[in-house]
Amino acid sequence: MIEVENLTKRFGSKLAVDHLSFTVEKGEVLGFLGPNGAGKSTTMRMVTGFLPPTSGSIRICGTSVIDDPKAAKRHIGYLPESAPLYNDMTVTGFLNFGAEIRGLSGAAKKEAVDKAIETCFLESVARQSIDTLSKGYRHRTCLAQSLLHDPEVLILDEPTDGLDPNQKHEVRQLIRRLGETKVVLFSTHILEEVEAACTRAVIVDRGKIVVDGTPEELKAKSGTGSLTDLFRQVTTRDTEPEAPEEDAA
Amino acid sequence: MKDVWTIYKRELSSYFSQPIAYAIIIIFLLLSMVFAFTLGNFIEAGDASLTYSFFLYLPFVLMVLVPAVGMRLWSEELRTGTVELIGTYPISLWSVILGKFKAAATVWFIAITLTFPIWITVNWLGEPDNLAILSGYIGAYLLACTFLSITLLVSAFTRDQVICLIVSSAICIGLVFATFDPFVRQYSKTFSPEVKDAITALGVWDHFLSLARGAFRLQDLIWFASIIVASLLGTSAILSAKRS
Ligand SMILES: Nc1ncnc2c1ncn2[C@@H]1O[C@H](COP(=O)(O)OP(=O)(O)OP(=O)(O)O)[C@@H](O)[C@H]1O
Ligand SMILES: [Mg+2]
Repeated sequence: MIEVENLTKRFGSKLAVDHLSFTVEKGEVLGFLGPNGAGKSTTMRMVTGFLPPTSGSIRICGTSVIDDPKAAKRHIGYLPESAPLYNDMTVTGFLNFGAEIRGLSGAAKKEAVDKAIETCFLESVARQSIDTLSKGYRHRTCLAQSLLHDPEVLILDEPTDGLDPNQKHEVRQLIRRLGETKVVLFSTHILEEVEAACTRAVIVDRGKIVVDGTPEELKAKSGTGSLTDLFRQVTTRDTEPEAPEEDAA
Repeated sequence: MKDVWTIYKRELSSYFSQPIAYAIIIIFLLLSMVFAFTLGNFIEAGDASLTYSFFLYLPFVLMVLVPAVGMRLWSEELRTGTVELIGTYPISLWSVILGKFKAAATVWFIAITLTFPIWITVNWLGEPDNLAILSGYIGAYLLACTFLSITLLVSAFTRDQVICLIVSSAICIGLVFATFDPFVRQYSKTFSPEVKDAITALGVWDHFLSLARGAFRLQDLIWFASIIVASLLGTSAILSAKRS
């Protein structure tokens, strides 16, 4: 379970995340929507313990990320936005490393790596060096890394970015399936994914949650039944003049 | 401790799965031998101790080659964004720093150990003081570790390996030349003896040469250890500050 309260992040004079509060329960898949620069990735980086928040509290399965980061991080599987990888390793080598750092060894490690390779359809590139992978395979390798330790909480920053339509479909199915037993928070720019994978979605704009509800509720709110219309109504467009204090950076 | 080992294994295999470690070890062996056989007059000098024929030239080789091994340690991680993975694994930053440092130190341990033919040669030519030679080797290894810790600190500042290489080499070159004898003779004319002594105590030669001569002094070990520990602590502070 993820509990976020009054989470705030300031970069110099820029307020990237502004008193954000939300909870995600077990069995829920929360979709994080919002325009570029809304603060989705920054929120996820704080929830995973990578960035320290300016203020606010984050609890993962009851453990505070700020007070006991090591224990909280054990519950989390994380796919960063840029899908970073160690280019000098092979796919299997990298996944073995990820499993070891999560405390797995011996047969448990092998089983975890094999399962992650199977789940993310990486058999064909398992022995390939990461620097020769295509973008979609890189993304899937990083996704596999986040599943190794069978975490209770999954945080996926744009998991379908760069995937082909078949793989997009597979990953949505995967998120849905994982969501039945886990807590999933994922961000996306593809509005169809809200219906395809989420049990609930929020729209973030300039660091604040502006809409929160199930896909049906969101559609009802839009008036026209289209999520795109709702998105355009509630978010600030770059083409509009911004409020002066947000202009800084 | 297990985390340190996991990081260590990954870093070390990445050194040896790419040409970088091999290239630097070979260049190091070539350069140290070239110095020993030309400037060091290794064959004719009849100096079986290796102090002035071999060890004397090592700081000049190490001051540029050590940063080349260490430059990727954090810079690469910052550039490719893998620091975001490291930062969300349930391990402490400190175990990552130690793992990385030890892996690079192992590359230097291998490089310095591979100069053993010169040790065999002096034993074949004469009757050297093998304890003094061992002490010199310890000095060389400690010096490499010192330069390495400085490089690790610099690499935490920048995602650009070239900048890291230039800055950390400059610092190491500064440490070597600030107390190199011809320079010391120059500035001892202008500075008072106390200032001169203070500078010499901070530089490389005083500590390295005493080990190379076979003298084990506590102050030398403290000098090496304090630079290494301070740099590693600095690395941890910089990386934590960078995130906020
Ligand atoms: N390290 C940083 N230093 C300064 N500003 C930052 C930093 N990281 C993010 N920001 C700023 O915070 C804001 C939110 O960025 P964030 O990456 O969270 O957006 P996002 O919602 O993930 O956008 P996108 O949809 O493009 O991925 C942006 O204006 C960004 O420029
Ligand atoms: Mg983002």
